[in-house]
Amino acid sequence: MADTHALQAHDAPAHEAHGDHGHITGWRRYVYSTNHKDIGTMYLVFALIAGVIGALLSGMMRLELQEPGIQIFHGLASIVYGTSGAEALDQGKHMYNVFTTAHALIMIFFMVMPAMIGGFANWFVPLMIGAPDMAFPRMNNISFWLLPPAILLLILSMFFEGPSGANGVGGGWTIYPPLATSGQPGPAMDFAILSIHLAGASSILGAINFITTIFNMRAPGMTMHKMPLFPWSILVTAFLLLLSLPVLAGGITMLLTDRNFGTTFFAPEGGGDPVLFQHLFWFFGHPEVYILILPGFGIVSHVVSTFSRKPVFGYMAMVYAMVAIGGVGFIVWAHHMYTTGLSLNVQRYFVAATMVIAVPTGVKIFSWIATMWGGSITFRTPMLWAIGFIFLFTVGGVTGVVLANAGADRVLHDTYYVVAHFHYVLSLGAVFAIFAAWYYWYPKMFGILYNETLANIHFWITFVGVNIVFFPQHFLGLSGMPRRYIDYPDAYAFWNRVSSIGYYITFAGMLLFLYILFESARKRRPAPANPWGEGATTLEWTLPSPPPFHQFETLPRIDAKAGGH
Amino acid sequence: MAGKFLRSFGIALGAVSALFPGLASAAAGQPVSGEIGLQDSVTPIMDSIHAFHDGILLWTTVLISLLVLVLLVVVIIRFNAKSHPTPSRFTHNTLVEIVWTVLPIIILVVIAIPSFSVLTDQLTMPDGQRKYLGSNIFSFGSVEVPAPTVTVKVTGAQWYWTYEYVDQGKSFDSNILPEDQRLAVPEPERQPRLLAVDNMLVVPVNATVRVEVTADPTGVIHAFAVPSFGIIIDAVPGRLNETWFNARKEGVYYGACRELCGKDHAFMPIAVRVVPQDQYDAWMKALEAGTVADANATLPPVSAATPAA
Repeated sequence: MADTHALQAHDAPAHEAHGDHGHITGWRRYVYSTNHKDIGTMYLVFALIAGVIGALLSGMMRLELQEPGIQIFHGLASIVYGTSGAEALDQGKHMYNVFTTAHALIMIFFMVMPAMIGGFANWFVPLMIGAPDMAFPRMNNISFWLLPPAILLLILSMFFEGPSGANGVGGGWTIYPPLATSGQPGPAMDFAILSIHLAGASSILGAINFITTIFNMRAPGMTMHKMPLFPWSILVTAFLLLLSLPVLAGGITMLLTDRNFGTTFFAPEGGGDPVLFQHLFWFFGHPEVYILILPGFGIVSHVVSTFSRKPVFGYMAMVYAMVAIGGVGFIVWAHHMYTTGLSLNVQRYFVAATMVIAVPTGVKIFSWIATMWGGSITFRTPMLWAIGFIFLFTVGGVTGVVLANAGADRVLHDTYYVVAHFHYVLSLGAVFAIFAAWYYWYPKMFGILYNETLANIHFWITFVGVNIVFFPQHFLGLSGMPRRYIDYPDAYAFWNRVSSIGYYITFAGMLLFLYILFESARKRRPAPANPWGEGATTLEWTLPSPPPFHQFETLPRIDAKAGGH
Repeated sequence: MAGKFLRSFGIALGAVSALFPGLASAAAGQPVSGEIGLQDSVTPIMDSIHAFHDGILLWTTVLISLLVLVLLVVVIIRFNAKSHPTPSRFTHNTLVEIVWTVLPIIILVVIAIPSFSVLTDQLTMPDGQRKYLGSNIFSFGSVEVPAPTVTVKVTGAQWYWTYEYVDQGKSFDSNILPEDQRLAVPEPERQPRLLAVDNMLVVPVNATVRVEVTADPTGVIHAFAVPSFGIIIDAVPGRLNETWFNARKEGVYYGACRELCGKDHAFMPIAVRVVPQDQYDAWMKALEAGTVADANATLPPVSAATPAA
């Protein structure tokens, strides 16, 4: 990504003529940046680095799980702590939990969210609604610059004591007390809580910025119902962030005071209840998973429409399906808690409410297919990722319906079936949407073309790899293998081995992706303003590639009659 | 009727799986290498989960995924730029939009009806009068389940379980069996690695067992889960949760902690031994008179002679 940086810095002087004031260059351009495109690029670079870290962490997990027994982590522990024997084994077991926790937190807060919301939304919401920049450019700057300290705090937490005698937070990304309070008294958990606080504050500021921008800065003539679907998806996402993150912040603040200031919100010995935290966490946590996927819905709609050379089918249904998914997302949280001892009637309600979500989701899936139906489809790289997304998200969606039934969840809860389910919607859904967006907008953002053959190979390797990783995990879960286990009964060895082989294939795909970036930056094939042809109808394609430092100094006017929705 | 037909789909899928090497059929009590489905059932609750999952959920999810796949393939073949160079411009079709909204609602309602019944069975403690669904999930219940005669209080701790027979006031700890001791038992392959424990929870066959679950008040959350019984319930400090099972077949049924509880989360297995009433009575008598080791000595070793689990 250093190449991208160099590319932008190199191009910057050429754009100075467009602005009415000189641009700062060098490191100040980025650290002091108030430009949505520069900030978006920084977010993308940040997400890329975090994604590589997160992928390496999961690689250690798959290496460990490739065979029954403990192979890797006691050795890692003895390297880190200089211990041996049973002590290293115990520290290794904890370190495995630290890795699963860090993998989840990094992928959620520092990879998917920065890529989709900070990266692509920062870049393309202003471009697509015909705005010169975000509503609050300086707040945009602080939104981004809160993230590096946040991830640093999380990484630091891995080097401070958690439970006595071992380092790091091993409580899972759900950080349930009492394991996150009396179970891990050391400062590692406090670092992690502060990290989530900072990341949460960053997202709340970003959400406020997007809501204000979308409500107030649309080009003349662009009514809400003429606005493209990606800004719509970001608007819904921003509301979910704004309403859910403060609840998480409250919950983890209570965790912090339980740990350090003698309160007992979650401690039964003081009249508290550990299950209260789970309610607070999942009131945030369920909207959070929609935060991760909704921008992907917007992205896939654009990609499918562009490469089918056909307008999006059922625009209004697409918009209100997203609004409905966002709304219902707030009233289904306890389906993560079917085993905590909820009463029969409460479980019945959450089963019913959760299944409702399948309806708007189905509308979206079928509308994407209807958008392609009757189209004239070209299978360029972004389209491959989008079609992959539609199928894999469907698979993840139907297993979600299975899990929604508390009666069936009784044998699947906290097993690998759940791991398979949420990786199908996130690792295969959200990540495929991110790659669709990356390959769709890469020529626009950086003004250069990537090698399409290599990019197609990247898709196929990843598609095969992730399916081999995660499909067998359904079988492991059905036959009862619990999540978050460093070791498992030997009967689970076969599918675990298959799953690990899938990881290596996926990892090769990731290396190829990094090479594609390198190759495109080295060759510097200039990209046209619109590389995708007549199907690409949104405003960003009316600008040169890359767009000028400041765009739309004269606001575009959207024809009241046009629009085709 | 319909239930039987639906279930045969699940069986067919299982038969297909037998064609592939490395895939094996299920067993009760413990996983089997290469298994792709649920563990076998020995309780009315797990019967209903089997019927619900294999008979309805599995094939609806498979069919919906295949439908989307087929639609994508059709679109890819018929509407690629070569075979369909001029795109249509339509963006609405009220009829199909209504169909793909209403049809999923109907499917969900069909799923919801047995879903609520299965759930209600799970969370309703038998009183001897109420009838349970068993594998006939579209019925109003025909399986008789007696009221509980044994009450066990299960306490999760870092990282072992304590079983207390509440009526007798006797309790003992159950720890994972260290590997050297496991290899020393007769027929160790019947007590697999990471599942074998030193002291099993012993219950009589065909009796309803009320399980009260909590955790060490100064400890963390665990979850008590036995797949072949179709039960899981969290062990939460300061709370008392409840579930139940009625196992119809003798044998050893393994489970595991299913809520992350620290470094040895993977190393606190659950083993429930279901024995004939007379063996249970003798075991309990020895437990009341002495220690759990004395009681366990009254039971035959877990071996091929033990009715297969």
